[in-house]
Amino acid sequence: MGECEQYLDYYYVFTYNLHMNSDKMKKKIMGISPPYSKNTANNPAQTLPIPEQIEIPMKMHSGKPAIPIIEIGDTVKVGQLIGKMDGKICSPVHSSVSGTVKAINERDKVTGKRAISVVIVPDGLQTPYRAQEPVNVKTLSEFLSAVGDSGAVGLGGAGFPTAPKLDIKNPGELDYILINGAECEPYITADTRTMIDDTAHVVGGVELLLKFMKPRKKILICIEDNKPLAIEAMQKGFEGNDKVEIRVLPTKYPQGERKVLVYNTTGRIVPEGARLADVGVLVTNITTITVFDRYIKTGMPLVNKVVTVDGPIVAKPNNVLSPIGTPIRKLFDFCGGFSVPEPGKILMGGPMMGYALPDIDMPVVKVTNSVLAFAPENAPGGKSRRAETACIKCGRCVGVCPMSLMPSNIEAAYQVKSIEKLERYKVNLCVECGSCAYVCPARRPLVQAIRLSNDLLWQSRK
Amino acid sequence: MTKLTVSTSPHIHHEATTSRIMLDVLIALIPAFAAAIMIFGVRAAAVTCVCVASCVFFEWIFEKITKREKTIGDYSACITGVLLAFNLPVTIPIWQAVFGSAVAIILVKQLFGGLGKNFANPAITARVVMFLAFSATMTNWASPYAETSWWIYPIDSVAANLGAAGGAMDALTGATAGADAVTGATPLVLLGQGRFDALPSVWHMILGVRGGSLGETSNIALLIGGIYLMARRVISWHTPLTYIAVVTGLSGLLGAEPVYHMLAGGLFLGAFFMATDYVTAPQTNLGRIIFGAGAGLFTVLFRIYGNYPEGVSFAILLMNILTPYINRITETKPLGAVKS
Repeated sequence: MGECEQYLDYYYVFTYNLHMNSDKMKKKIMGISPPYSKNTANNPAQTLPIPEQIEIPMKMHSGKPAIPIIEIGDTVKVGQLIGKMDGKICSPVHSSVSGTVKAINERDKVTGKRAISVVIVPDGLQTPYRAQEPVNVKTLSEFLSAVGDSGAVGLGGAGFPTAPKLDIKNPGELDYILINGAECEPYITADTRTMIDDTAHVVGGVELLLKFMKPRKKILICIEDNKPLAIEAMQKGFEGNDKVEIRVLPTKYPQGERKVLVYNTTGRIVPEGARLADVGVLVTNITTITVFDRYIKTGMPLVNKVVTVDGPIVAKPNNVLSPIGTPIRKLFDFCGGFSVPEPGKILMGGPMMGYALPDIDMPVVKVTNSVLAFAPENAPGGKSRRAETACIKCGRCVGVCPMSLMPSNIEAAYQVKSIEKLERYKVNLCVECGSCAYVCPARRPLVQAIRLSNDLLWQSRK
Repeated sequence: MTKLTVSTSPHIHHEATTSRIMLDVLIALIPAFAAAIMIFGVRAAAVTCVCVASCVFFEWIFEKITKREKTIGDYSACITGVLLAFNLPVTIPIWQAVFGSAVAIILVKQLFGGLGKNFANPAITARVVMFLAFSATMTNWASPYAETSWWIYPIDSVAANLGAAGGAMDALTGATAGADAVTGATPLVLLGQGRFDALPSVWHMILGVRGGSLGETSNIALLIGGIYLMARRVISWHTPLTYIAVVTGLSGLLGAEPVYHMLAGGLFLGAFFMATDYVTAPQTNLGRIIFGAGAGLFTVLFRIYGNYPEGVSFAILLMNILTPYINRITETKPLGAVKS
């Protein structure tokens, strides 16, 4: 282990020297160009009517679940704390409606696994818990605790609580903060609309980060070049601020993957096993910074999300401002329902990295940035499964991998369960962006093989 | 409750599938197929059909006997059939063509595990086996002129007129252009024997009006197919371009006739359609360049210093064997990887 760390240090110093003062990049990060289908980029979010019942899970972030602090029959108000922090890597949960607590479920009704959620019947009044008042923040620790109280988590999809992410060991060595507005997944325009419609809170969030995190170089707002309105809004919002730079990036999936973004904007390589902060960089999603800015300015924590409702079978794709806990079915109903009798597949998140939901009544959670519906016939698993053949070694997966891995080799190594080869192929560096499986003409389940490989490696080390 | 599909990400895919790619290769082989019929007559079509039918049959029967999944729908056996036929002289006895198909599909492809598992190109290996087993019939080159006079004469006269008018076409049409100049022997054989006077003109070699395997002669048709494959992103330029450049450059450097080494043998067929076979060639672009350069080097060495006039199939077979090692030395370096 000591030797490993020593190597890591050498490598870090080497790459640091290599990239610190040079804008020249040695390596081009590869990726794919799927059809972007940004159908809702011009649709400001419409407010969803308050549903008859909502269900708020206590775990909408990575880390420990929050602990419910209300009882059945309690009345709650909008923004009231209903789940408190449990440890550092956790995030508090607030009620998104005013109403009465109807039930506290102990188990997920689909998987049967232990997962606590709070069911609330709204009264329709949407009474706020607190009058609008700013939170007093003067020091870094006060700022971090306010960020924690706001309920902010990584809204790009990972859901890592923001407060522990910002609480870095070496704040003096932070050079860049990257505000991730790349939104490289097809369909999703929630962050795009945040940049256009919620510019004030984006600017406020960046100013808070400048004030308390004090990056030595700059804060970079990273946007792909297929979002001209968002770029314009950001340029206007940050006019005259020389500590903030709008970085327009080529539209290429997975541009918003954090290691890809760090490399493409700063030229820095995050060594295996290191954190982003170790190379002097932090990356945070652009909607995430509006969450803590809104809380610090108005006292209102994260209770609503802009959700892109789209997919080939959605009648009227749109962006919807939805209370957290709303059944996803309500969002599709609000957007005119489906053009076919029954959907075949419902995704939460984008089509490249999102999850296929087993149940259309699952709730909107903090990290929900889109819900997509596909017809049964073009739902993969149906049509594309039939196209699966043996690997023909065409090398397309190798050509598109942003991390320069060799997915075809990894799958072959997994099939023979070769720990030694899987380690050599660095399967642990995979970011699961799915580019390899997207281009695979043999439709090999490469991402699945990689996830299982990492499980295998993890078990072998135990 | 609605029954929803639950599967792992990604949930969308690029339109390219294995069978679509194979179909593209078949489409790219159509110009050369048409040229073969025009140059060598309908027997070229008959030989090709026999090879395709027997390759598909052997794949089907083998998978039926061994109870493997049926894969004839992916068109890969069709491609093997066409490529094998293209590597045979038009005069090949039908039973030998069927034998070659069995070698390609059963021995080289299926016994190694089927699609994607074979280490050597089935069509090339079958050709090499046949070349050694049936040396006489495999080198019984038909004269192309017998059946092509109806279309080659007008083209020739136009070319000759152009040459007479401008003088620039002299080199292309050459002094030897004409029916009696082309014999059944392949240009590389003639070159080896020093019979320069009997060589076909460059113009005829571009069109493919010369002795040789039935699908290898028409460079222009093969080039059209190759460009189609590159435009469809089925193959990359790395292998074919390196291969052709090394053969041309190296033969020139060694004092041989570079234009003839480029156009007179099976180079275009090998470079665009056989050295680019996914399964038996490297997966990275650097590996593909190494493969092309190695194949070019061996082709020239075999042709100039070897016992046989042609070296493309031996060279590609040799590089097939080296492919796992090329893949190993051209492994990509993952971003941020730390040696452990």
